[in-house]
Amino acid sequence: MTNTDIKNKIETLQSDLTFSQEDGDMLCIEVSKDTLKDFLTKLKNDADLSFDYLFALTGMDFGEDLGVIYHLESTKHRNLIQITAKISDRENPEIDSIHEVFPAAYYNEMEAHEFFGIKFKGHPDLKHLFLPEDWDKGFPMRKDYTDVNMLVR
Amino acid sequence: MKEEFLTDQLKTQEYFLNMGPQHPATHGVLRLLLKLDGEILRNVDMDLGFIHRSIEKMCERDTYKQIVHLTDRLDYLSSHINNEAVALLVEKALNIEVNDRIKIIRTIMDELTRISSHVLWWGVMGMDIGALTTFMYGFRERELINDIFEETCGARLTMNYNLIGGLRYDIHENFVKRVKDFVAHFKKKLPEYDKLLTGNIIFRKRLEGIGYISKEDAIAYGLNGPTARGSGVSCDIRKIHPYSAYDMVDFEEAIYTEGDSYARYKVRIKEMWQSLSIIEQLIDKIPEGEYKVKTKAVIKLPAGSFVQRVESARGDFGVFAYSDGQKFPYRFKFRSPGFANLTALNKMSKGLKIADLVAILSTIDVVVPDIDR
Repeated sequence: MTNTDIKNKIETLQSDLTFSQEDGDMLCIEVSKDTLKDFLTKLKNDADLSFDYLFALTGMDFGEDLGVIYHLESTKHRNLIQITAKISDRENPEIDSIHEVFPAAYYNEMEAHEFFGIKFKGHPDLKHLFLPEDWDKGFPMRKDYTDVNMLVR
Repeated sequence: MKEEFLTDQLKTQEYFLNMGPQHPATHGVLRLLLKLDGEILRNVDMDLGFIHRSIEKMCERDTYKQIVHLTDRLDYLSSHINNEAVALLVEKALNIEVNDRIKIIRTIMDELTRISSHVLWWGVMGMDIGALTTFMYGFRERELINDIFEETCGARLTMNYNLIGGLRYDIHENFVKRVKDFVAHFKKKLPEYDKLLTGNIIFRKRLEGIGYISKEDAIAYGLNGPTARGSGVSCDIRKIHPYSAYDMVDFEEAIYTEGDSYARYKVRIKEMWQSLSIIEQLIDKIPEGEYKVKTKAVIKLPAGSFVQRVESARGDFGVFAYSDGQKFPYRFKFRSPGFANLTALNKMSKGLKIADLVAILSTIDVVVPDIDR
């Protein structure tokens, strides 16, 4: 499948999407965080697309917004797509957990939670995974995080 | 009378047992929290980060040329392959074409790295099960590969041999001969491995039917590499998204469908044979040419998202760069194959015994620096 085929097919599933990098080797899609879980479920269950393999889940700090980037691949067609969901509230960032749809997301969401402070609604156990249990110095991967021991450019 | 006493007086209770972080069977500093009922595993939870170095954050202050060298420290047994992932990412984003000489040398080194990693895994696998001899056998062959690496690029483990646009040095004049000698030697030794472990009835009893995961679950949990191929998932990046010289060679993807520990074991043994075949196909084909393409002193990626995937010894290793057009990446993410494989550990080991967990952990082949990043 080419990127145009995927784009045409995905447009029939949902309307509030922004596409970019159509001519690259990976189609990028931006979706609202409220419809994200529905959208990913549709991508997984659609017989033509079947994006069933969660390649990566990346926490992001875009400066003003926080966000999560999902990379999905279809084990049938082997196309990789990128889905971005931005969260504008930095104080209390919330997004739906997708671990019921993709079990692979479970530990990745824990990682994004502790490094970016993103709360995944519906995740049963958002404890510290990499950082110490009593860590209270903020979210180290955010751009505004500072630390006395931090290496600077 | 006796039975009555048991049910009335003796109560069974689930309890927690701590495994690691300093446990020899966890292959590094990995802590597992086991919920047990007697000796039966009810739940396996993990605690990570004992060697977390925040490499992703460090990448945000480094230039792309510097990042290549940080990737050695992720999965140190596939250091050459990790370097290649970053080099290929930048080359793809900037349309830098490298010649066949570079591609073929990279691929031969990739496969030597894979054999060296699998040989170490094989030795440790036997040791985890209780067969100490295999460790010595594994290291005997691994030394020969490390000697080739040392002669070519000066280092035995964290090689730093790949650069953006080529290789750091040309190959040593002895390289071709030594690789050929190694292939001939290893072809005689691999059947010895089968005699020692593969056909051993005690060894097979520890692995067959243990740690089963179905094909559907393997995909859902994001399993990759030899671990997923043991469950019949076709996921070899060398086949599905060929890079470097993998489109010039003919090889078979090692797949077994049983889904148990023994299938994952057989996948890696078969992969070693396939790696030997790939090296044999390429070693006489190294063309003359430059070993490095000239690149700009300051590399800036265009704004956008870039992903490059390679098949490391552990599986689908991915690099994701989010660039805003500067010479430093805005965000750099390493998709760790071991982390994804470890998420299914609970699923694989529920209802089994602690000794089985050790065997399963071995067939997943975890390298903790790759998981912690």
